[in-house]
Amino acid sequence: MLSLRNVWIEYGEKVVLERISLDIAEGAFVSIIGPSGAGKSSLLRLILGQEAPSRGEILLDGQPLAPECGPDRGVVFQRYSVFPHMTVLANTMFGLECAEAPFTARLFGARRRAARARAEAMLEAVGLGDSLDLYPAQMSGGMQQRLAIAQALIKQPRLLLLDEPFGALDPGIRADMHTLITGLWREFGLTIIMVTHDIKEAFSLGTRVLTLDKRRHDPHAPHRYGAGVIYDLALKKGAPIEQAEEREVVPLAGGITIDTKDNT
Amino acid sequence: MRWVNLTISRSTGLLLGALPLGALGLAYLLAAASRHAANPADKILPLPGAMAEAMGALLFDVDPLSGQILFWADLLASLQRLGLGLGIATFSTLLVGLVLGALPPVRATFGPLVTAIAVIPPIALLPILFIVFGLGETAKVALIVIGIAPYMIRDVAGHITALPREQIAKALTLGASSWQIVLRIALPQALPRLFEALRLSLGPAWVFLIAAEAIAADVGLGYRIFLVRRYLAMDVILPYVAVIALLAMLMDLLLTRASRRLFGWAHLASR
Repeated sequence: MLSLRNVWIEYGEKVVLERISLDIAEGAFVSIIGPSGAGKSSLLRLILGQEAPSRGEILLDGQPLAPECGPDRGVVFQRYSVFPHMTVLANTMFGLECAEAPFTARLFGARRRAARARAEAMLEAVGLGDSLDLYPAQMSGGMQQRLAIAQALIKQPRLLLLDEPFGALDPGIRADMHTLITGLWREFGLTIIMVTHDIKEAFSLGTRVLTLDKRRHDPHAPHRYGAGVIYDLALKKGAPIEQAEEREVVPLAGGITIDTKDNT
Repeated sequence: MRWVNLTISRSTGLLLGALPLGALGLAYLLAAASRHAANPADKILPLPGAMAEAMGALLFDVDPLSGQILFWADLLASLQRLGLGLGIATFSTLLVGLVLGALPPVRATFGPLVTAIAVIPPIALLPILFIVFGLGETAKVALIVIGIAPYMIRDVAGHITALPREQIAKALTLGASSWQIVLRIALPQALPRLFEALRLSLGPAWVFLIAAEAIAADVGLGYRIFLVRRYLAMDVILPYVAVIALLAMLMDLLLTRASRRLFGWAHLASR
């Protein structure tokens, strides 16, 4: 569904990502891990359209992706994903209002009731059914992330991008959120790309785990080489992680060198 | 208990706040009494009775020259100028600040212009305003607008620019257009900041009003103060200054209350 063809991100001399070639299948749950500064978030911003690649191309359903965020890709960031001046219900309805009322961005009458019903159903699905009139500032971090997910899903995006969505949550809430996102992924048949710092989370949620890191490192010019995909593991859901080490490598144009010795 | 940990109850707070004000009043009375003991005709520190008498004439008697009751005419003229100035400044801030903050091309084009206007001391422009607009009301209102609008515009635009990129990206992924983002994301979050900017601009606005009235006017609180200065009429100047202070405090209070009432979400964190 989503293909990256030999994609690079360079800022002047500094190479962040190099030779990224990926094909992401419909219905996949892709986790991206890697050390800090390996370009995980850059890759996500690229797919989101906040940034354009300096080389290469990105195709969504065979069409080149415009370097601008659009409603075909939903996103949940670690923070600031919800609008502080809107209630839970208004936050969720905003996406529907934008599509149906281009000029006022507000709905009235029967259309408003229809949008409200859809928003309520979605909030029910993420467990916020009884917090409709709260403002984000009155909610915990976990509830805010639930809201951010509901807000994104109501647009039925082709692709849901998660940028360390559970990074700021405490372990108990995080486990709840894992159950929630897995349930929603199955129920709505979503395609999800998630960046995370938590390796356990990456393996327990994902059907495919990508590891980004630098293949080469020049100590005199640390920015000379960018990060690439050094591991690409396809997991069978439910299989123990040890067995998943036998990777089903998707053949990639750039070719992956697995170098377990010199990766730092 | 250490001082940083002390919580002050509302009634104690009122009492504590009244103490310095009361002390100031008492100090004035003592100083005035001692001056009057030395010279009963002293005009520099008038006693409350003299102030009441002077103000009584301005409050209730019709001035034979202008046919008006002077204090009320002054108050009305000043409030009208101030209200017009604040209103125009607020409206233009909302319009300009919003597009300046939300739309990068507009910011690149007009940002430097707003900055250039903001760094000019407004009083230096007063002669130009008098030349262009004449000595009437327009120049005075224009001085207030030019004096406070650039600061307010920069403040509100800066606030909008500083909205997290994530919020804008999120709105875009929800299918919002530039117009919808300005209307539903930028505008509602700009409003509480606008109220705050307006509240902080009240002081400068009064300064520009009094300055404009002092230089060229025939009615107004500032005009009266500078007129009676010639006769050393502290018994009029002091009550007028007190009226201005009270009005400024009242406006400040109203704006704070209105902001809390209208934009409850913006005050949730500080509660």
